[in-house]
Amino acid sequence: MPLIDIRDLRVSFGEGVGAIRAVDAVSITIEEGEVYGLVGESGCGKSTLLRALAGLNPNWSGAMTVAGQILGPRRSTAQYKLMQMVFQDPYGSLHPRHTIDGLLAEPLAIHAIGESDRRIVEALDRVGLDASFRFRYPHQLSGGQRQRVAIARALIVEPRVLLLDEPTSALDVSIQAEVLNLLDDLRRSQKLTYLFVSHDLAVVTHMCRRIGVMRAGRLLEEMTVDALLAGGTTHPYTRHLYRASAGYDRRLADTAEVLDDSDEEIA
Amino acid sequence: MTMIVLGSPLAIADESAPIVSVRNLRVAFDTPHGAVEAVRGISFDIAREKVGIVGESGSGKSMTGRAILRLTPPKARVSAERLDLHGQDLRALDERAMRLVRGRRMSMILQDPRYSLNPVVRVGEQIAEAYLVHRRVSRAEARDKARAMLETVRIRHPDRVYELYPHEVSGGMGQRVMIAMMLIAEPEFLIADEPTSALDVTVRLQVLAILDDLVQSRGLGLMFISHDLNLVATFCDRVLIMYAGRIVETCPAAELRRARHGYTRGLLESLPRIDKRRDRLPVLERDPAWRDAPAVSPREG
Repeated sequence: MPLIDIRDLRVSFGEGVGAIRAVDAVSITIEEGEVYGLVGESGCGKSTLLRALAGLNPNWSGAMTVAGQILGPRRSTAQYKLMQMVFQDPYGSLHPRHTIDGLLAEPLAIHAIGESDRRIVEALDRVGLDASFRFRYPHQLSGGQRQRVAIARALIVEPRVLLLDEPTSALDVSIQAEVLNLLDDLRRSQKLTYLFVSHDLAVVTHMCRRIGVMRAGRLLEEMTVDALLAGGTTHPYTRHLYRASAGYDRRLADTAEVLDDSDEEIA
Repeated sequence: MTMIVLGSPLAIADESAPIVSVRNLRVAFDTPHGAVEAVRGISFDIAREKVGIVGESGSGKSMTGRAILRLTPPKARVSAERLDLHGQDLRALDERAMRLVRGRRMSMILQDPRYSLNPVVRVGEQIAEAYLVHRRVSRAEARDKARAMLETVRIRHPDRVYELYPHEVSGGMGQRVMIAMMLIAEPEFLIADEPTSALDVTVRLQVLAILDDLVQSRGLGLMFISHDLNLVATFCDRVLIMYAGRIVETCPAAELRRARHGYTRGLLESLPRIDKRRDRLPVLERDPAWRDAPAVSPREG
């Protein structure tokens, strides 16, 4: 039985004729220990899907089951504990007036988990930060260190799933490499399952075995990374993303016009 | 090859003559703990070509672009042995004269059009205004020129887009509007600071294609600041790699993947690659010697 089972998930914003279907009948299953990559461009619905799964947006329809628990619009604390999220921007996701200690103590208090001293030191150690970081403020940390704190905060309640929303796109490439390696180590040592959202195909193919491509709220196709690399994609949009990720390509730039016709004109 | 004296009319006519020439540029900030140098004595020339400047955050690449336009923060101390635009010494210009250069002869495209456009003015009017400021033309002429510019940046319905407000356009279109605004005065030199980092890959390609065409057709010099090595390697003609305020290596863009400097190699290695899968990404080990390496000659590469 898969650890995460999403069936026919729909999320809409607005009502009536003006409603936007941000996620439109998406079904995804993810096995325990897997890293599933969700790729697509801005506005495709990948973050909306993640937020619905994390319980940050109660207005969805369909069915979601995680670790045998059926998720409803309202969740128990235990259900929230199952999945934790790491956001894109480590500058925005850590409260600037709280110390690292305070940031890490908060989830423990919410979930009524004791021994906070020991757990905070352990959590920092797990993400490669020594105890001296404990009483610093976020502005005293570099971008990579902040993202480590964000990962430590997500892991401190011992979730089974990490929802990673572009976790390295705000970081320099050398720091990105460190954070991706850390995520890989943590998944093995903590027996975690990842849902990894990114617009960067190179990052996703590095981290994942299986990916789903989203466009305009729909899941266009799913495939293994091996199949993608072997040219197994049938959808022109996926092929286009794949080629575009290699850098600038004049011929591709000229054909791109055909792909994004009218919807690009006005946001 | 004949010797060309900078500042002579010949220099302007020559394809390979530098448009911008910089020698020993330094940008320093005074802090309570002493002066901190963000740019530490760099030299380079940019002709009618696309020159990529790559480096990580804090390497001084954006500050270099800003120093050329004299857009550094008030606290910054900028010095240079030479800072020339087509042979004209920019250091000698007062602020009033500099305003005639900035926007008219050199301009800059920033990363996110959402922060660079005025939210309460129609995008077409913002483009026309850029023309009115620099040319003695009527409003009607400026409007026609702005419409033509929107067409140049491949906006399909320029009349309709002219009337839109910034919040009504997508990121890719907003960036094309910015390019139109920066190029309407027909500058000789353009600094693009991460112009496509906020854009999706498909839109990114189109914006780059527009820049590419403009460099070709107008003989523009382009300084392309980016942290994206793949993009710079495939888009630019030449690359300067910056580390800790210095240029540590320069090379033709096509040869970037064969770069020799430890820092450049380290950056390249740490990139995840679709065509070469590895269990772990090599982590960049920073050698303290990189900071103090001798300056790279402006003529290399």
